Amino acid sequence: MLADIGLISLTIAFLFGLYATIASAYGGWRARTDWVESARNAALLVFPLLTIPVIVIVYSLYKFDFSLAYVYDVSSRAMSPFLRVTALWGGQQGSVLFWAWLMAAFVGIVLLRKWERDRELMPWVTFVAMLTTAFFVGVVLFITNPFVRLWHVPGATELTQAFFQPANAMPYLPEDGNGLNPLLRHFGMIGHPPTTYLGFTGFVIPFAFAIAALITGQSRHDEWIITTRRWTLFAWIFLSIGLVLGGRWAYDVLGWGGFWGWDPVENAMLMPWLTGTAFLHSVMMTEKRGMMKRWNMALIILTYSLSLFGTFITRTGVISSVHAFSKTALGPAFFAFIGLTFLGSLTILYLRWDTLKSEHSLESFISREAAFVLQNMLFVAVTFAVFWGTVFPLLSELVTGTKITVGPPYFQRVTGPLFFVLVLLMGVVPLLTWRKHAARSLGKTIWIPFLASLGMTAIWGFAHRMHPGSIFGLWLVTLTLSLILAEFWKGIQARHATRGENFLSALFNLISRNHRRYGGYIIHLGVVLIAMGVIGDAYFKQETQGTVSQGEVLSVGGYQLEFQKLLAYPGSDGREIVEAVLDLSQNGKPIRTLNPRRDYFVVQEQPVTVPGVYSTPGVDVYAMLVGWDSSGSSATFKIYVNSLINWVWIGGFVMILGTLIATWSNPAQREATYVLKREGLTSQA
Amino acid sequence: MKNIKRQLLLFLITVLASLVAVTVVYAQDDQPGYPTDNDVIRVAKQLYCPVCPNTPLDVCETKACQDWRAQIRDQLAQGWTDQQIIDYFVIQYGERVLAEPQRKGFTSLVWFLPLIALLLGIGIVYEVLKNWQKQKPALVTAAPLPQIPDEILKKIEREIQEMD
Repeated sequence: MLADIGLISLTIAFLFGLYATIASAYGGWRARTDWVESARNAALLVFPLLTIPVIVIVYSLYKFDFSLAYVYDVSSRAMSPFLRVTALWGGQQGSVLFWAWLMAAFVGIVLLRKWERDRELMPWVTFVAMLTTAFFVGVVLFITNPFVRLWHVPGATELTQAFFQPANAMPYLPEDGNGLNPLLRHFGMIGHPPTTYLGFTGFVIPFAFAIAALITGQSRHDEWIITTRRWTLFAWIFLSIGLVLGGRWAYDVLGWGGFWGWDPVENAMLMPWLTGTAFLHSVMMTEKRGMMKRWNMALIILTYSLSLFGTFITRTGVISSVHAFSKTALGPAFFAFIGLTFLGSLTILYLRWDTLKSEHSLESFISREAAFVLQNMLFVAVTFAVFWGTVFPLLSELVTGTKITVGPPYFQRVTGPLFFVLVLLMGVVPLLTWRKHAARSLGKTIWIPFLASLGMTAIWGFAHRMHPGSIFGLWLVTLTLSLILAEFWKGIQARHATRGENFLSALFNLISRNHRRYGGYIIHLGVVLIAMGVIGDAYFKQETQGTVSQGEVLSVGGYQLEFQKLLAYPGSDGREIVEAVLDLSQNGKPIRTLNPRRDYFVVQEQPVTVPGVYSTPGVDVYAMLVGWDSSGSSATFKIYVNSLINWVWIGGFVMILGTLIATWSNPAQREATYVLKREGLTSQA
Repeated sequence: MKNIKRQLLLFLITVLASLVAVTVVYAQDDQPGYPTDNDVIRVAKQLYCPVCPNTPLDVCETKACQDWRAQIRDQLAQGWTDQQIIDYFVIQYGERVLAEPQRKGFTSLVWFLPLIALLLGIGIVYEVLKNWQKQKPALVTAAPLPQIPDEILKKIEREIQEMD
C-alpha cells in the first residue's frame, strides 16, 4: 500500500519533470512567459513529489518491509535504526533515487531564489537542470526501481522481482533481509555517498547556468559566473569532503593501511573534482580580467559530464568488465545520456564561440594570467591521465581481447610529477600580480620563504636520509607552506604598521576584509597538509607481517608489538568478534594496548577486518589481525607504520574551513561586483 | 596452438627455475625461516588478484588468493626469483595480474598517450599565450562610462580597494 503511493508519486514526479523540461525549452525558444512560468511550477513540484517515495523507502527500511526487494537487499533486523535509515543510499536503487531527490531540491532552491535577477536565463536553466533530473527520475522509475516486490512463482527456483503480481505468483515475505554490506557500516561510508552526491548534483547548477548563458547569448556579460560562484564552491567542497571521507573509510575498513588505491571508483570521483578545481580558478580569470571564457565553458561542460560519468562508473560496475555494461539497461542509458549531453553542450559552445572573446590581451608571460593558464592545463592533463588509466582496461579488452590492470604504479608515476608542479604553482602564483610581474620583485618576495624552506628541508632530509626521494617532496611542501604563511604575515604586518592592530585582530580583520582571497589561501594550506600526508604515505610507510605465539613480539619501524591473547565474543549488528590483545611499545617503553579485530557477519558470511590503530600527528601504528590458529595460542598480524597520514584528515578540515571563509556572504561586495558586471566592466583589482 | 605455446613456456620457466633454484637455495641457506610473510607480500604486491575486480593480491582476503599466496611461498622456498613468479602468474592468468601495465604492444599506449597529451598541452598553452599577447583587447575602452550614480561608484571604488 505505502509502496504503491511511493510508486505513484514517483511516476507523477517523472511526468512533471518531463513536462517542465519540454515546457521551459518551448517557452524559452518562443519567448512565451506563460509556458516558462508553467514549467517553473511543474519543476517546483518535483521535489515534494520525490520526497514521498524517499520517505516511503526510509519508512520501509525502518519498519522491515522485506516484501520490497530493495529493503530485503540492504536492511536486516540486526541493523540499528540509524543504519537502516542510511541504507537509503546503501544500494543502487535507493542511491539513484537519493541523487534525483537532491537534484530536485537544488533546482527548487535555484528557481525560488534566482528567478527575478536572472529572468532571461531561467527558462534554459530550468531546461538543463530538469532534463538531468528527469533523466535520473526516469532511471529510478524504469530501470532500477526501489519499489519492485518479491514474488514466488510455484515451481521456480528463484524469486521473481516485479511491481505487479505475475500470473500464479504468491507474494513472498522473507523473515529477515540480507542487510547492508558490512563493509559499508562505517561513518565514512555513511557520510561519503551523500556528500559525493551533493558535489555531483551541485555542479549541475553552474552547468545549467553556463548552457543557459550560451543559448541566450548572455554569456558575454559573464553574470552567470557570479550567480553560480557559491554553487560551484558548494559543489566543490562537498566533493572534497566526499573524497576525504571515502579515503578515511578505506583506511579504517578495507584493511590495507592506505587511503587511496587508484581504484576506478575512486578515480571516477577524482576526475570531476580536478576539472571542478580548474574551473574554480579559471572563472577568476574571467571575473577579474575577462579572459578564458571559452575555456570556462569547456571546463564546466567537462565537469558536468564527468560527474555523470562518476555516477555511471560507480553504479554500473562497467570498469571491472565490459560484460557488466549490458547486464541491465542502466549502462546503456547512462552512456547515451552522457554522450548526448556532452555532444549537445559542445555544439552549443561551438555555435557561440565568437561571442566568447577575451576582453584583454596578455601583457607578460610572468603574470598571474599566464600562470593560471598553465595551472589549468595541468589540471586537465592530470584528469586526462586518470581518465585514460581508468578506461584503458576496457579499451584493451575491446581492442585486443586481453584484460589488463592499470594499478597504482601507473597513476603515481604519471600524475605524481604533475601534482608536484601544481603544488609548487599553488605557492608561487598568488604572489604574481595580474597583467605583469617584474621577475626581480618576485625574487624579492620569494627569497626568505625559499631560504626558510631550504633550512627546514636540511633538517627533514637529515632525519629521513634513508629515503632520498622524499626530500624533494618535503622541500616542495615546506616551500609552498612558507610562501602561503608569508602572505598572511605580510598582511598582518601591514595592518600592524598602519593601524597598530595586534597580531590576532590583524589576522581576523585581514581575513574578514578579504575573505575570498584569504579563504582561498586557507584552502591551499589544507591542500599542502594533504600533500604532506601523501608524501608520508608514499615514502615512509613500513610494514611487516608475521605469525607469533603468545608472548612473542613483532617489530617494525622502532615499534614492538607483543601478542598477549585472543578474545572471542558476540557483537552488535549480528557479528561474531575475534579480538587480539597486543601490547605496543616503542624501544622498550610501553605505550598502550592495541585491539585489532576480525568481525564475522554471520548472515552475510562476510568477515570485516577492524584494525587497531595508535594514532599520533607524526605516526600511525596500524595493526591488523590476519589469522589465528584454532587454539588461539598463535596469530598472524600485519603491522603498518604510517607516517604523517593524519595530516590528510587535518588538511581536509582546513580545506572546509577555508571554503566556509571564502563563501562567507558579504552583500555589499557582491552587489558591487554585480553592478560592475552588468555595466560591462571588469574590475581591475 | 596457443595452449601448446603456453605449456612450452611454462615448461621452460619451470626448468629454468629449477636450475636457478640450486644456486639460490644455496645462497639463502643461512637465512632461517626464508621465505617469510614479508617476502611473500613483496611479490604479491606487484600482482593483482586474477579473479576479483581491482584487488591487489597482497591484501585480497578470498580463499583463492590465500592459496595463491601460499603458492608464492612454495615457489620462493623452491628458489624461484620474484620475476620468475611474476612471469609465471602472467602466463597462467594473463596480463591482468600485473599491477603495473607493461610497456610493450598495445598496452604501451597507456603510458605514452598521457605524455603526448602533456606535450601537446604545453604546446597549446604556449600558442594561446602568444596569441593573447598579439591580440588587441576587445574591451570597449573608448566608450563613455555608463551612468552610475556617484555614491555607488564611490562604494565600488572603496570595495575594490578593500579587495586588494
